[in-house]
Amino acid sequence: MISPQFRYAGWLILVLGLVTAPLLISSGRWIEFLELTLFAAVLGQGWNILGGYGGQYSFGHALFFGTGAYLQALLQFKFGWSPWVAMWFALGGGVLVGVFVGYLSFRYGLRGSYFALITLAFAEAFHVLSRSLISVTEGGRGVSLDLNRDPDMALATLQFNFAAPFLKAYGYYYLILLMLIIACAATWWMANSRFGARLVAVRENEEAAEAIGVDAFATKMAAISLSAAITSSAGIYYVQKFLFIDPGIAYGPAKSVEALIAPIIGGLGTVLGPVIGAFFIHGVGELAKETTGLVWQDRPGLDLILFGVILVLMLAFAPRGLVGLLERAWRKLSGTRPTERDHA
Amino acid sequence: MGNKGSELLINRAQAAMEFLGTELTRYGWDTVLGSAISGVFLGSIYALVALGLTLIYGVLHIINFAHGSLLMLAMYAVFFLWSLAGIDPYVAMLIVVPAGFLFGYGLQRTVIGKTGHGRDELVLLVTLGVSIILENVALFAFSADERQVHVPYDLDGIDLGVTFAVYPELAALGGSLVITLALWLFMTRTDTGLAIRAVAKERQGARVVGIDVEHIFAISFGIGVACVAAAASLLAPTYAVHPQTGYLFVLIAFTVVVLGGMGSFVGALVGGFIIGITEQLGRLYLGESLGLITISAIFIAILLFRPAGLFGQKI
Repeated sequence: MISPQFRYAGWLILVLGLVTAPLLISSGRWIEFLELTLFAAVLGQGWNILGGYGGQYSFGHALFFGTGAYLQALLQFKFGWSPWVAMWFALGGGVLVGVFVGYLSFRYGLRGSYFALITLAFAEAFHVLSRSLISVTEGGRGVSLDLNRDPDMALATLQFNFAAPFLKAYGYYYLILLMLIIACAATWWMANSRFGARLVAVRENEEAAEAIGVDAFATKMAAISLSAAITSSAGIYYVQKFLFIDPGIAYGPAKSVEALIAPIIGGLGTVLGPVIGAFFIHGVGELAKETTGLVWQDRPGLDLILFGVILVLMLAFAPRGLVGLLERAWRKLSGTRPTERDHA
Repeated sequence: MGNKGSELLINRAQAAMEFLGTELTRYGWDTVLGSAISGVFLGSIYALVALGLTLIYGVLHIINFAHGSLLMLAMYAVFFLWSLAGIDPYVAMLIVVPAGFLFGYGLQRTVIGKTGHGRDELVLLVTLGVSIILENVALFAFSADERQVHVPYDLDGIDLGVTFAVYPELAALGGSLVITLALWLFMTRTDTGLAIRAVAKERQGARVVGIDVEHIFAISFGIGVACVAAAASLLAPTYAVHPQTGYLFVLIAFTVVVLGGMGSFVGALVGGFIIGITEQLGRLYLGESLGLITISAIFIAILLFRPAGLFGQKI
């Protein structure tokens, strides 16, 4: 284990680095890259709560992303609500879906691969419904929000495309950075709370945890609620940034995969894991596009091939992810003895 | 229920359907029967895909999430054999089935068997990783365009009275049944089949009596992929392929397998037909888009209320 002083110092450097990053890089393309990376980190942190800390691997986290995104879009599109009001309903809606799916799955004792399959099935059911209930969701055409062109309304509409110069360039970046900081703080709080300890106990051995008095069902329900809240916040960001959502983006398999890939590669059940994982895969993806762009001219699929390969390699050689590798390297450097977790 | 009650029920249903953006039509029995028959043809392919999945689960106790992507890959193989070499999709079976077996054998030996550390969820994630790789290799190499094999006889067929069955549909049904029978004979009449069943039942015991368990695992995986390759040949004349075809089929295959009972041969066959018929009836009554909900709905209901399925052992 890395000593607490170093840990806090590391987090401080990371946060300061991300806050000041826009001042050091002026290229809009890199800001865009950072935005997408931080977005993946928020999505991953949401998955990490349930999958990493709770050991319940979901294959359908798009459920929460999509519900957050659709509510955020529809409440503005249909009723003209302010995005600042809509976001709480979007968040609540995501949690509600989490409670619904969690209640059914955990009440009926679905675990492991079966839990993964049922979340996938629910995501697909929502996918079909969002495509078919045209009177509610506009169907396959999707929902487009009006672009706000008034600079004075930028904050009120939570759209920065026509804002004053600073907000126009960095508004979305700081918005997603703020969301990531909140998500990480919530995860850190959870990890250090009694609730977090109960959740890890359930992950390690559900029967044993119940035997010492942990209510496994209630613990998993709380975990899926928090997880759904964070993941639907990523959906809220997506809609404010791209002003568009459709059934495929919202409930298709891509977002479910994106949510689980960063924490698994970065390190399951660690606060830092999803963040490092997101930076690693998006860095590799960007590098691959950069180096092969001339030959293949941005043919789609290359980055995801790499993500898949990295995922399989990490599962094979470093199931504890990049954070596990870092800790091992740190111990070698500082000469401390390995802990029991290394042998797991 | 009295006549009034059923009228009310139909009115309610119609109101609900109106909300869902579709209409409840009372179809004649011949339309319904025709739809069900086309469901039988479709279901026979589902059964074949599910057969491979259930075999892999029964022997290796892993859920192969890459199953749909393997089908997609085999469909591309059939397509390119047809478009580049002019090989008829049914003749292509002679190439893609052995190739599928070897690919599956190798995949299990080199990747899936080595990386899961024996933990269920990790193996599931590894197969998810494999499916991500396969799907995007297809996207990268072949683009997102749909590809469709055209055979000269794909519009000819037999008039069954209530519906018109084209030859590719009849071939799908016949081919699936023959392959299922062949697989059943293989499992019951050959030494390798016996060894596979021994490993499925009691892998430690099988190891003790001298069966090479790793080899049997890989053979089972290979047979699973060979089933998928055969299904790809039978599917090619009626079904276009694109990189995401795998995702559609993985959901259907899991539904069939869970419905029939994980690891059950009979279950996969019966489940395939049930899902094929339900899907077609769903499309008839609920429309092309909403009709697909029947698959996820059955999947969820079975997972919740009877995860052992119709023919599986209790889990």
